Amino acid sequence: MRYDKSSDPDSLSGDRPYDNQGTSSNLEGKNELPDRRTFLAGVASVLGMLAVSSCSWQEFVQNNFQRMTKEEIDQTVERLKKEYREKYGKDFVVGTEGPIDNSLFGYALDIQRCIGCRRCVYACVEENNQSRDPQIQYIRVLQFKDGDMDFEHSTIYYDPQEVPQDGYYYMPVQCQHCANPPCTKVCPVRATWTEPDGIVVVDYNWCIGCRYCMAACPYMGRWFNFAEPVIPADKINPVTHYLGNRPRMKNVVEKCTFCIQRVRVGKYPACVEVCPVGARKFGNLLDPDSEISKIIRNKRVFRLKSELNTQPKFYYFFAT
Amino acid sequence: MKSFIVQAVKRILTGPPLYYAWVTLLLVLAVIGISSYIKQLEVGLIATGMTSYVSWGFYLGNFTFLVGVAAAAVLLIIPAYLYDFGPIKDIVIVGEILAISALLMCMMFVTADLGRPDRIWHLLPGLGILNLPKSLLGWDIVVLNGYLVLNLLIPGYIIYKAYNERPVNYRFLLPFILLSIPWAVSIHTVTAFIYNGLAARPFWNASILAPRFLASAFCSGPALIILLFQIVRHYTKFHVKDEALHKIAEMICIAMAINLFLLGAEFFKELYSDTHHLSPLKYLYLGMDGKGRLVPWIWTAFAFNVVAFLIFLVPFTRKRFLTLNLGCVLIIIGIWIEKGMGLIIPGFIPAPLGEVWEYAPTTLEIMVSLGIWAIGLLILTINLKIILPIETGEFTKYSSKAAGLASERA
Repeated sequence: MRYDKSSDPDSLSGDRPYDNQGTSSNLEGKNELPDRRTFLAGVASVLGMLAVSSCSWQEFVQNNFQRMTKEEIDQTVERLKKEYREKYGKDFVVGTEGPIDNSLFGYALDIQRCIGCRRCVYACVEENNQSRDPQIQYIRVLQFKDGDMDFEHSTIYYDPQEVPQDGYYYMPVQCQHCANPPCTKVCPVRATWTEPDGIVVVDYNWCIGCRYCMAACPYMGRWFNFAEPVIPADKINPVTHYLGNRPRMKNVVEKCTFCIQRVRVGKYPACVEVCPVGARKFGNLLDPDSEISKIIRNKRVFRLKSELNTQPKFYYFFAT
Repeated sequence: MKSFIVQAVKRILTGPPLYYAWVTLLLVLAVIGISSYIKQLEVGLIATGMTSYVSWGFYLGNFTFLVGVAAAAVLLIIPAYLYDFGPIKDIVIVGEILAISALLMCMMFVTADLGRPDRIWHLLPGLGILNLPKSLLGWDIVVLNGYLVLNLLIPGYIIYKAYNERPVNYRFLLPFILLSIPWAVSIHTVTAFIYNGLAARPFWNASILAPRFLASAFCSGPALIILLFQIVRHYTKFHVKDEALHKIAEMICIAMAINLFLLGAEFFKELYSDTHHLSPLKYLYLGMDGKGRLVPWIWTAFAFNVVAFLIFLVPFTRKRFLTLNLGCVLIIIGIWIEKGMGLIIPGFIPAPLGEVWEYAPTTLEIMVSLGIWAIGLLILTINLKIILPIETGEFTKYSSKAAGLASERA
């Protein structure tokens, strides 16, 4: 069995290392062994215990997204759409848009402007279909006392009548989309990786739920679905991306994807759009004229825990 | 072959009442464990005490402890095969069988910790993707399975020869024995590296972690072996010389001295430099923000380890079985706390952004863990039930036909 694109003359040209495993033209006459799908289907039927996890055999044998052929991706997307319609009674878009050419996404947050209102937190939950019960939120807004930037002294549990409160400032933290991410290298099955446009993604159908990436992340950027995620049908966002906000299943890891379903079609992430004070900036680091590039060039910026050499593409800055 | 299987099954099914009671107990615990595990599969890992803050817990604590037990077989292999120390060479096989059981328990604990065991095939190279050389968890799978193969091969070959009443060809075996020594070190080193490599967790991200893992493994594993040998020689005709046990006790003493020294070195560095790296230790030993579930546990471990060290240090107490066994029990409990919960949990507290979010295992987690221990001990018991009579010459190709059940031990 071959999965190496580079050694595969029939490999599709594209952004991802596709392989042709499973396409009939490639296998016919070359391989007398049962192919992976047939073999695994056999395994699946034998292992009746798997019924407990209530997954279909197609889901069980599903390949890693990076190794799927175009055809396999299309079939999977069709299956997922059907599944989601049955569950939520809505027609879903499950996008598989690849990265836009010549793009590397970066983010900047003005901590002088942030007022700690947490609108970004909730906009993110709604856009990205996080579980409402148990609750998952990708963004955590830390409150610091003026004159202190020690995480151990910060809190996310502030609840005054009005924000910002005198004597405090706020620092929202989410996945920092590191250029040297400690989370992807630890994954034992390559279920998480950095896309060419710099977004760190998870294949929810490939994750084995070991939570090693969570232990490796210095920013609490990753969250685990400890139970079957619950999202009321009227709250579900049906416009999704395969590597982004499509509904997740229990016992897998998820994270911020810079709203991959939005940014790959030219929109801003939901948190950028909702911020009432314009503290959040997003754009293409490869474009010297983009707002993000100008901020990094001209403002006083810093990155969290830079001593760990994670090289976040998420910057904090002071606008004035 | 057929007569071997028939005889082996007979041997497993017959025994004194105490044997039946023991096996029944293990079976009951195993069934409780398995049914708890099925419950966990149904509802998800929310059935455990783990959270996105403390994302590893009791399962991986037990896993880490048991890797140490498995690795410790090397402390028998070195004197037995390399130094040809007779008293230990006679009994080394029991250590290897213990290693096999410990490894199988390790694998069960990791599987219990996995959110999606149905996707375990993703780890198979070829079919799935094993992320080598980057992922230390990937390496751990490789070294644990390799060690399992070595530990099946070496005693398997010896027992096969003994069953056929043929001499063992040590020249054939030697390369595997030599390989198994660094391999034993590697399983615990790689397991340490799983935690050690994470810069996000200062408590683990200290170079002293792997050496401490080995030192503590060479305390707890041999302590378990000393107790096991006494049980074995009490209930079977398998002969274990006191000399062998005392030699193992000496090794434990050295290992514990090193373990305590390394602990002291760790304390000094953290306390004197007094940076934020001290926080997890502070949480572990003193508690933090009024939270300190592990405090009584870790002090118990500390006290047990120190007392056990003194017992093993003084020849008078080391050579008396009453105190020796007390020392062994103290060490096993002490290291189980220290290398289990005492290692895993503080790695997550405080969380990377400063929260102190505590963890305690749920009843279900404890039931599943007890179940895994029971299955492991059952594997150990059944293996010993067959292997020991082969080793003593009661159960061989020639005797099995004639002797039947007459050779059954009391």
